[in-house]
Amino acid sequence: MTGMAKYWRIALGAIVIAGLIAVPLNFNRYGLFILSQWAVMTIAAMGLNLTLGYAGQVSLAQGAFVGIGAYAAAIMTSQGMPLISALGVAVVVCFAVGWILGYPALRVQHHYLAFVTLAFSTLAFLVFRNEDWLTKGIYGISNIPRPNIFGFATNRPLPFYYFCLGSLGIVSAMLWWLIRSPWGRAFQALRENPIRALSLGIDTRRYTLMAFAIGSALGGVAGTLYAPLTQYVDPVPFNLSLSLDLLMMVIVGGAGFFFGPFLGAAIAVLLPEWLRFTQGYYLMLYAIAVILLLIYSPTGILGILDRHLAERRTKTASALRAVAESRLGTAP
Amino acid sequence: MSNLLDLLLAGLATGAIYAIVAVGFTLLWQTSQTINFAQGEFVMLPAFLVLAAMHAGAPFWFAILIGMLLSLLLLGLGFKMLLVDPMLRHGVLPLAIATMALAIGIKEAVKQFFSAEASPFPSVVPAGDIQVFGHAVSLQSLGVLALAILAVVGLTAFLNRTSIGHQMQAAAQNPTVARIIGVPVERMILLTFLINAFLVVLASLLITPIYLAKFSSGEVLGQAAFIAAIVGGFNQVRGAIVGGLLIGIVDNLAAAYVSTQYRAAVPLILLIVIVLFRPQGILGRAEERTI
Repeated sequence: MTGMAKYWRIALGAIVIAGLIAVPLNFNRYGLFILSQWAVMTIAAMGLNLTLGYAGQVSLAQGAFVGIGAYAAAIMTSQGMPLISALGVAVVVCFAVGWILGYPALRVQHHYLAFVTLAFSTLAFLVFRNEDWLTKGIYGISNIPRPNIFGFATNRPLPFYYFCLGSLGIVSAMLWWLIRSPWGRAFQALRENPIRALSLGIDTRRYTLMAFAIGSALGGVAGTLYAPLTQYVDPVPFNLSLSLDLLMMVIVGGAGFFFGPFLGAAIAVLLPEWLRFTQGYYLMLYAIAVILLLIYSPTGILGILDRHLAERRTKTASALRAVAESRLGTAP
Repeated sequence: MSNLLDLLLAGLATGAIYAIVAVGFTLLWQTSQTINFAQGEFVMLPAFLVLAAMHAGAPFWFAILIGMLLSLLLLGLGFKMLLVDPMLRHGVLPLAIATMALAIGIKEAVKQFFSAEASPFPSVVPAGDIQVFGHAVSLQSLGVLALAILAVVGLTAFLNRTSIGHQMQAAAQNPTVARIIGVPVERMILLTFLINAFLVVLASLLITPIYLAKFSSGEVLGQAAFIAAIVGGFNQVRGAIVGGLLIGIVDNLAAAYVSTQYRAAVPLILLIVIVLFRPQGILGRAEERTI
């Protein structure tokens, strides 16, 4: 029974991956841009999902970390340095800032961390805007080069999309491993019951900071992909609303589900595009859709699925029990 | 010196408006654990309702009346019944996210149905300066400050002196016990939402003449009210008032003496310092951890 389900799941995953590789082959420039954006936003949302969904800390600063990553990539690659060095800098900086920013989380309850990160998000935006010598201020940095991967140029949209998709694959695999490692279990223990986690010998201080810092570093990774994707970086995309959007992606997809960010990012990036025929109304419709979804299922889309699966499981279980009981009853 | 006085007065005037918005914010949190991320948009919307009524030919005072009624209906009753009631039992976070989506929805609706441009808004207090001890003082700042103080004093008196006010506090502090001693808790919660709607309309009427009516003006205002509520104390009406005034003054002084580029940063740094060293806020009680 469960073995079958496992095969179905692997088959479904293979179909989705094959689809992601094969379907965009004859997409136009804009379609590929949107799909690449989906991959980048998914990475950022996965980082937030680790912080929020697995470790239970609300962060409103993920957009700022994407910004830090994007500026690191923009500044360094336009100086001629390779993207991989920018990635290293972004990961280290975001990890360190996330670690420091996580300290208030140790002292106070969830909504206070939300406010501290909200303040940080706006502060980061002010720095992007005002420090002209580093970020070129409101004029932004343009002509950001796209990287060469093992000698393959990714200047054209399709190779760059595969580069984003490949990065998403690598990040997913690492996160999948992390969540199943003792660390991941510690994160979940932290979310479910911090006091019990502490009494089981988990250093809750260190793991809270760790979850927050790793989540932030993934925001930085998404940023280093964002800069070569748009090839132009200015402060506006990294204001508070990006952080709120990312938070919405995680919740809408389903916080604490591994594939939640994939779905959430797909909805946040693709749904407005599909609704574009409604012209000015599309963001309004998007907002209404999100509200209705949350009223129907506060645990997001995967929450609905999970609920149905759980119902079916209990139904099968009770059916099996009924069969077993009737056999017991008729047995001599 | 006179410059400093001007700055202080202007800071107090905007601070008083922040305080009104922050009080509404803390009231919602206290009675129904609602973190309203759309509070800034709630302040932005009534100005446009009034403008729409005036566009339809209503005189200013009647337009205000219509705007007030519509706001009570939409931002008070509608917000509670359609969004908060169905979501409250699922906890704080999904509801907070839903109010974020609501903020986007309100902003986009105003942009789409009214205008993306900033529109001027008639002032409820007369413009111009008056002479106080030979010194010109902005009449608008004085008027705003007076009206805001009146509103805050009135609200505090209502909460502390009347029976209904006491019932509201009881419902906020301990709903179960309040219900046992016969307080209609549901009705009290609805009343809080209506009071919040009233406060945002008042704030809207006071601030829009200064900063113009624009669909995006709620973002800055909502954040200021947020910070005011936390700096002052999330669970205290008094705290929200102190926080609002403080943020207003700090904001204005920072613009003059620190730098215009980083003026927005000063209240944020204040917020981070407060959360780190006195997370319950200047006047707040420490919240017990619920585990």
